[in-house]
Amino acid sequence: MYRRTLLAALGAAALLTFGEARAQAALDEVMAKKLITIAIPTDFPPYGFVGTDLKPQGLDIDMANLIAAKLGVKVELVPVTSANRIPYLQTKKADLVISTLGKNPEREKVIDFTAAYSPFFQAVFAAKGVAIKGAADLAGKSVGVTRGAIEDMELSKIVPASVDVKRFEDNNATVSAFVSGQVQAIATGASVAGNMMARNPQLGTEFKFVLKDSPNFIGVAKGEDKLRLKVNEIIAAAKASGEIDKMAVKWLGRPAGELPN
Amino acid sequence: MISLDFGAVLAEWPQLLRGAAFTLGLTAVSAVLGVGLGVACGWARAWGPAWLRAMVGVYVELIRNTPFIVQLFFIFFGLPSLGVKLNPEIASVIAMVVNLGAYAAEIARAGIEGTPRGQIEAARSLAMSEAQVFLRVVLPPALARVWPAMTSQIVIVMLGSAVCGQIAAQELSYFANLIQSRNFRAFESFIVATAIYLALSVLLRQTLNWLGPKWIFGRVPQSR
Repeated sequence: MYRRTLLAALGAAALLTFGEARAQAALDEVMAKKLITIAIPTDFPPYGFVGTDLKPQGLDIDMANLIAAKLGVKVELVPVTSANRIPYLQTKKADLVISTLGKNPEREKVIDFTAAYSPFFQAVFAAKGVAIKGAADLAGKSVGVTRGAIEDMELSKIVPASVDVKRFEDNNATVSAFVSGQVQAIATGASVAGNMMARNPQLGTEFKFVLKDSPNFIGVAKGEDKLRLKVNEIIAAAKASGEIDKMAVKWLGRPAGELPN
Repeated sequence: MISLDFGAVLAEWPQLLRGAAFTLGLTAVSAVLGVGLGVACGWARAWGPAWLRAMVGVYVELIRNTPFIVQLFFIFFGLPSLGVKLNPEIASVIAMVVNLGAYAAEIARAGIEGTPRGQIEAARSLAMSEAQVFLRVVLPPALARVWPAMTSQIVIVMLGSAVCGQIAAQELSYFANLIQSRNFRAFESFIVATAIYLALSVLLRQTLNWLGPKWIFGRVPQSR
């Protein structure tokens, strides 16, 4: 373990020095090649998953296509996993990472972040006919949640005592309980809920209220300020024109709302 | 070296107590209904008409050859698509009764079939009705013969109820899981749950050993 950390640190240091020399070159290279390489998830619906036509689709893919279109270049999508998305950026295998990347201090040491482009959140969902605006409206209703998940912690903090919180072992059981009507509402992450709504349109499930927000950012290699600022411009324009909101509604069932810059 | 901290788990004793009480209640209801169902099915398989024998045979084989958790999930997650919505507690009781019923049927049948022919013929020659023959002459000694096996099966079903927490029935292992998901003391939480299950099993076995001869089949002289 220690050796791996050391190796990673050495690798990162080498990359950093290498990166310094080529800093700021990424945007020029993209424009010269007329091609941008963007790392996207394929295992994380509705942000990124493989459709029935075997092509990647989802919010992150739409965002990647939007950025390429605004730059006026072609896009090459590279599927990545949660574990290797940052190394892809560090080793220049991708110019941008659009892969439900949350911002935290550890990550900020090795890569840079643009403005937020999409929300990621834990929330309460229920059928359209059920009137729920906040935690108080859950009184007397049953809510399914996965035991020990972030949403379980958040929900337990705020619900009144009369709420029948049913805790299940994993996301599959929680979703099954909601889909089969065993619970009236479900508290879960945007990804799980998006997937569930896409597969069960007959339930008429809609977003009710947020438990916790943790928006996604686009990752750029450390020091690539020119590319980062250009992408920020595109995001700001897309926010103003409502394209960001449209994407969030399409994939997550809820407008993006206020996203941090 | 792991340092154990039982204090963090034992501090949640009201939850553990609630869980243990729920497990016991679940077991009590399921045992009464399940053994009743088992005896009825045992009669059907040993003495019933051919069509009933076949039906019960299918039921027994179906239940005994599938996992309990699948039966439970079928009742809780599957039946709603047929319009039958049950809360976790009722679903758990039904799953346990259906499960215990199948095993108890085979145990009861073994006891019934072990009745010496002479006893039955003697009862019939005394002009007892078929119902009297079964209820008064065959069943009590049959139950007495298989009571240890029946007791074991009831204990197994109680221990099996640990999976009912998967459908959010608030029994002992549900609370053990909940506690360890909150304080990350998984090892301690499950050690405590194990100790409680052990205590419940011993208590249940002793109770049944006492209950059987005293109230259910009386002190029947065993035929040798």
